[in-house]
Amino acid sequence: MKITRVRKSVIAIAAGALLLSGCSSSDSESAGGAYAGPVKDTPGTINVLAWPGYAEDGSTDPNVDWVTPFEKETGCTVNVKTYGTSDEAVQLMQSGGYDVVSASGDASLRLIFGGDLQPVNLDLIPNYADVFDNLKDRPWNTIDGANYGVPHGRGANVLQYTIDKVKPAPDSWSVVWEPNSPLKGKITAYDSAIYIADAAVYLMSTKPELGITDPYALDQTQFDAAMALLKQQKPLVAEYWADYTKYVAAVQAGSIVAGTSWQVIANVLNGEKATVGAVKPKEGATGWSDTWMISKNTESIDCAYKWLNWIISPATNAQAAEYFGEAPANSKACALTASKTHCESYHAEETDYWSNVYYWKTPTEECLDGRTDVKCIPYAEWVKAWSSFRNS
Amino acid sequence: MNLSRTARIVLWGFMGFGLSFIYVPLMLVVINSFNKNKSFNWPPTGFTTMWWTKAASNSGVKDAILLSVLTASLATIIALILGSLAAAAIARYNFFGRDVISLMFVLPIALPGIVTGIALNNVFTNFFGGLTFFTIIIGHATFCVVVVFNNVAARYRRMGATFEEASMDLGANRLTTFRLVTFPMIRNALVAGALLSFGLSFDEIIVTTFTAGAGQTTLPIWIFQNLFRPNQAPIVNVVAAALIVVSIIPIYLSQRLTQERK
Amino acid sequence: MTNTRRYFHSHVKARIAALLSLPIAWLGVLYIGSLAALFITSIWKIDTFTSKVVREFTLSNFIDVLTDKAYFNVTMRTVGVAIAVTIICAVLAIPMAFFIARVAKPKSRPVLIALVITPLWASYLVKIYAWRTMMAPDSGFLNWLISPLGLSSPGFGMVAVIIGLSYLWLPYMVLPIYAGMEKLPDSIIDASADLGAKPGRTFLKVILPITWPAIIAGSLFTFSLSLGDYITVQILGGTFQMLGNVVYQNFALNLPFAAAVALIPVIVMFIYLGSVRKTGALDNL
Repeated sequence: MKITRVRKSVIAIAAGALLLSGCSSSDSESAGGAYAGPVKDTPGTINVLAWPGYAEDGSTDPNVDWVTPFEKETGCTVNVKTYGTSDEAVQLMQSGGYDVVSASGDASLRLIFGGDLQPVNLDLIPNYADVFDNLKDRPWNTIDGANYGVPHGRGANVLQYTIDKVKPAPDSWSVVWEPNSPLKGKITAYDSAIYIADAAVYLMSTKPELGITDPYALDQTQFDAAMALLKQQKPLVAEYWADYTKYVAAVQAGSIVAGTSWQVIANVLNGEKATVGAVKPKEGATGWSDTWMISKNTESIDCAYKWLNWIISPATNAQAAEYFGEAPANSKACALTASKTHCESYHAEETDYWSNVYYWKTPTEECLDGRTDVKCIPYAEWVKAWSSFRNS
Repeated sequence: MNLSRTARIVLWGFMGFGLSFIYVPLMLVVINSFNKNKSFNWPPTGFTTMWWTKAASNSGVKDAILLSVLTASLATIIALILGSLAAAAIARYNFFGRDVISLMFVLPIALPGIVTGIALNNVFTNFFGGLTFFTIIIGHATFCVVVVFNNVAARYRRMGATFEEASMDLGANRLTTFRLVTFPMIRNALVAGALLSFGLSFDEIIVTTFTAGAGQTTLPIWIFQNLFRPNQAPIVNVVAAALIVVSIIPIYLSQRLTQERK
Repeated sequence: MTNTRRYFHSHVKARIAALLSLPIAWLGVLYIGSLAALFITSIWKIDTFTSKVVREFTLSNFIDVLTDKAYFNVTMRTVGVAIAVTIICAVLAIPMAFFIARVAKPKSRPVLIALVITPLWASYLVKIYAWRTMMAPDSGFLNWLISPLGLSSPGFGMVAVIIGLSYLWLPYMVLPIYAGMEKLPDSIIDASADLGAKPGRTFLKVILPITWPAIIAGSLFTFSLSLGDYITVQILGGTFQMLGNVVYQNFALNLPFAAAVALIPVIVMFIYLGSVRKTGALDNL
């Protein structure tokens, strides 16, 4: 019980800190137990937990490998484990044994508050200087000026449509939400509780009276409205998706013609000839921004820091972002991609493009938009509501 | 055995339908491993051996197969030891609580894998310092014990105790009796149990998901990860097609073995 | 014989203990202990920030499970799917096992059994993805096959899940029934025929009752494996979900709630085990 109480007070402090983080200064002095450095040449082994395609070691394709060069250069040994969803990442990270993780925003706060991570001393990561400014010190990677990692890349959850089945090309999410959608029965939606935020994004423009400013900070009324919208959408949906293979197969088979997607899925589908379009609709979109973070319990701190610096170095970041299909975090990476249009097609350098992309964050009881007069619905309740909704 | 014409036709019909039900999807897997299209759709868009070449150079899958073989072997060995010990006790002796204990030996198969998985995950991560390679083996052995236990216990029940008692009456000690009488009689049951146990473990994904430690990629986990990866799905078909072909030989041999010994 | 028994009598307890200590330590302590540790968490809370378990008593997880109609519905649907899968497997497996054990030539038996169990070595996931190719609406293999007959594939949903699961678990049903039928002496069947019973009657009145425990034993596999599945449902289910999905979704964020939901299939399984125990099926797995 004692542990619980101590942890609670830590959380209370962290939570207060979270509210202030919006106006915190950008440069942090290795706050709260970050490694002081310097990074030494200690050999070691790091277990890397990553989205598929983020840490390629040549085991999938010998030509796609940025882990082996790292091992050669640093003498650190790397084991890579990939995961399919943020929930899986959190579960694995909390099971222990992993040293670094490429967490999306809906996982990172859970891990930070769960006490699974350590703050990162950015002075020890020279490549951090080149990261796009609008990815630095954001609420999903920085708590009260304490940075918890380095950004890897980002992407929007775009609206994808099959070009010859959906005419005219949509510019609004209404085709997937409105009951009179002509695409009824051929829609797909993301199979995770975080998709509730997509409903909230649509409500931000269609029901401004709800006053949603952050789709991850929903009070009870706003949350109920989002759930009602999802229930309205359910009869339109053919399948909920979580893996690429299923999505690509369904689009090629024609059983799905529109729905939320990732740019990389559209690229796979357009591999031979352009069959699908992918747009960020006028309402804006949810999105993700992934951060490399270090476990609190790592035994190879030097290798972990070297990994963070390596993975966001311009060359590696370009390689990884291009292989996975996302906008790189390092501004110098754009010059090094094999396809010269990569950064353009992923809007990596357009600050405006990202202004209405709402990156995944973990919803907490303390509203993330700073409201203090109401309680927001925490993520565990989102998940429970999602289970209930999927089986209602 | 005497059966009417109609009965024979009906039975042939069921057998034919059953085998096509089993083999049509597997045939699709083999066809798709040569399919140009990346997403398993029908009909195939073109012929290619690209996926087989890619699979051959994929070192991840080799490591995964090795790990799965190792896991299944170790889990089966543990299951053979625990399962035959328990079967000997339960089939040979009558004692208080026997029914409860024999029910307990059915539970790991009878309860859904996800329940076993999250229960073990919870205990390993909270009390045993996290997940490793050994936690997979512990998880697998837990349900593998059941199949060995059942096979061996059934054999014990069928053969009765007379031969062993005769052996001991003639002056053989317990060890000699086991070596020369009991073991030869339960050998087939052990082979059958081991085979099923190996198969269960080799293809298990749910319990494995919750018990695999950092960096422990068994074959089912490798396959699962590759389905979440752009452009890798067809390699998965290659691996499955190759496994079907490779596995049919030992299965056939072991079946013939058990058949002949009867 | 009695002499031997008497001689070893004093050692029997010690021998039982020696044989059982390891297995009991494994299953009784580690496995049952883990289950107990899991289910005890269902009466605890979570910290809403960290999602970690806080050991404070609450009944709210059970209240949520019992009052939200969705969980009742998903339980019913899941049990329905498990029953349907079991019936389909039994209907296919009984004649197949009978054919292999009784009709086929003894020489071809090992080949046929090998053919039935080979799919167990092809990955679970690969087989389910093959069924996606089979079941896809409009352009699937099944549609391609049966559309000339004016039929069409049911597409993704509950039916696809039932077919997919039946496919996965069929070998587990064939094996015990085959073992049961192999044991039948020919004389019993011939006697029934000699007494004037038609083959159908012999099957219903003689063969089925004798192999019943083996069928129930097979059903334990098909029923329990279907009851807890969540991966097939994700791939073939369309918008359909089962209990396993609810447990899986909530596991990482709300272990107490996931544990409360996980109790449902466990209770269902205990009811099932209780009702089949008398048939002797548990000795026939």
